[in-house]
Amino acid sequence: MIKNVDAVRIIDEHRGEAVIVTTMGAGNQSFGLPAVTHRQELDLPVAGAMGKASSVALGLALAVPDRKVFVLDGDGSLVMNLGTLTTISNMAPENLYHFVFENGVYAVTGGQPIPAAGKLSFQGMAMEAGYAASFEFDDTEELATNIDSVLKEKGPVLVCLRTAPEIENTPVQFREKTSRTMRMAIEEVSTAVRA
Amino acid sequence: MERVAVLHPSSIIAELKRNNFTHVVWLPDSETNFMYHQLTADPDVTLVPVCREGETMAIAAGLWVGGKKPVALIQNTGIFESGDSIRGLGLDVNQPLVMLVGYRGWDKHGITTDSAARFIEHILHAWGINYYLVETDEHAPRISMAAEEAERTSKPVAVLIGTEFGA
Repeated sequence: MIKNVDAVRIIDEHRGEAVIVTTMGAGNQSFGLPAVTHRQELDLPVAGAMGKASSVALGLALAVPDRKVFVLDGDGSLVMNLGTLTTISNMAPENLYHFVFENGVYAVTGGQPIPAAGKLSFQGMAMEAGYAASFEFDDTEELATNIDSVLKEKGPVLVCLRTAPEIENTPVQFREKTSRTMRMAIEEVSTAVRA
Repeated sequence: MERVAVLHPSSIIAELKRNNFTHVVWLPDSETNFMYHQLTADPDVTLVPVCREGETMAIAAGLWVGGKKPVALIQNTGIFESGDSIRGLGLDVNQPLVMLVGYRGWDKHGITTDSAARFIEHILHAWGINYYLVETDEHAPRISMAAEEAERTSKPVAVLIGTEFGA
C-alpha cells in the first residue's frame, strides 16, 4: 500500500509545468495536496462538485493541449462519475494523466466501503473504455521508479494507485480549511496557464 | 395539423460564432438534435459529447480556466441531474456559463403536463439563474443577451430552447 502523501510527493516531483487538479479529499490539510506540492499556482483543488475533478481536468486539458494536466482522483469520486472514462476516451487528450487513489473506501466520510470495492479494476475499466494506456501500482518504490516512463506515454493515461485509507470523520463544517479558496485557485491557475 | 419549422440551426450557430464560443459541451436531446450535423461539420466550434449532464459544467469550468469560451447544450431534464455541478462549479466559482437548455414538454398553446417543463423555471428561479426563451429565429439574438449577461454578472445564464422543430 502507498501512503497518500508519498504518492502526491512523487507525482509533484515529476510534474514539471503540469497543472494538478484534485478531488475532494486531496484538499485535506493533513494528508492532501496543500501539505505536499511545491507549485501551488498550478494546483487546482475541485471541492465544488462531487466526483467531477476528472471532468474539470478534461476541459482544462482540451484548453491547453501543450501543457500536461494531472488529475488526482479518488476511487469513490470516480465511481460517482464513471461516465467520465468514456467522455475522456472519446476526446482523447494526449496531455491528460488520470491518477486514481484506490483505497476502497469513502475516506472523507468515515471510511465506508465504495460499491464493488475489491472487485472492480480501474486499470481494466480505463483500457476497456479506450484510454491510451493504464498502469497500477501498490508500492511506493515501484511508483517512484516507473513514473518517468508513465509520463512519457501519450494520454489519456490512467494510473491506479493502491493507497492506504486515511479516514476523516469530522463533519465538513468543523474541518480545518485551507486559506486558498477554489476561486483563488481558479484565478491563479488561469493566469499561469494563459501566460 | 402540420407544425412549421420556426427555429433553424443556422440561427443558433450564428449566435454561437458571434459570441466567439469555442466549445459546445453537450448531451444530445430531441429539442436540440437538429443542430448536431451542422455543429459537427463546423470547424470553428469543438463539440464535446458527455455521458451525463453533470459532467457538462465541470468540463466547461476546465475549458474556462484554460481560456476557452464553452457553452453547455443539454435538455431541461439534464439541469435536474446537474444540480451539484451547477451549484459547485457554476454559481460558487462565478463561472460565466451560458447553458442552452432544451425545453422538453413546454407548450405555450396548451397545458404543460410534463414535469420536466413544469419544474424547470422554478428551479432556475430558486438558484437565481436568469434565463431567456428562444423559439424562433427572431429570438436567436437572445443568446447574445445571455452571453453578455453571463460575462457581466460572472454567473451562469440559461437559454431555454422552446421548440424541437426546424431542421
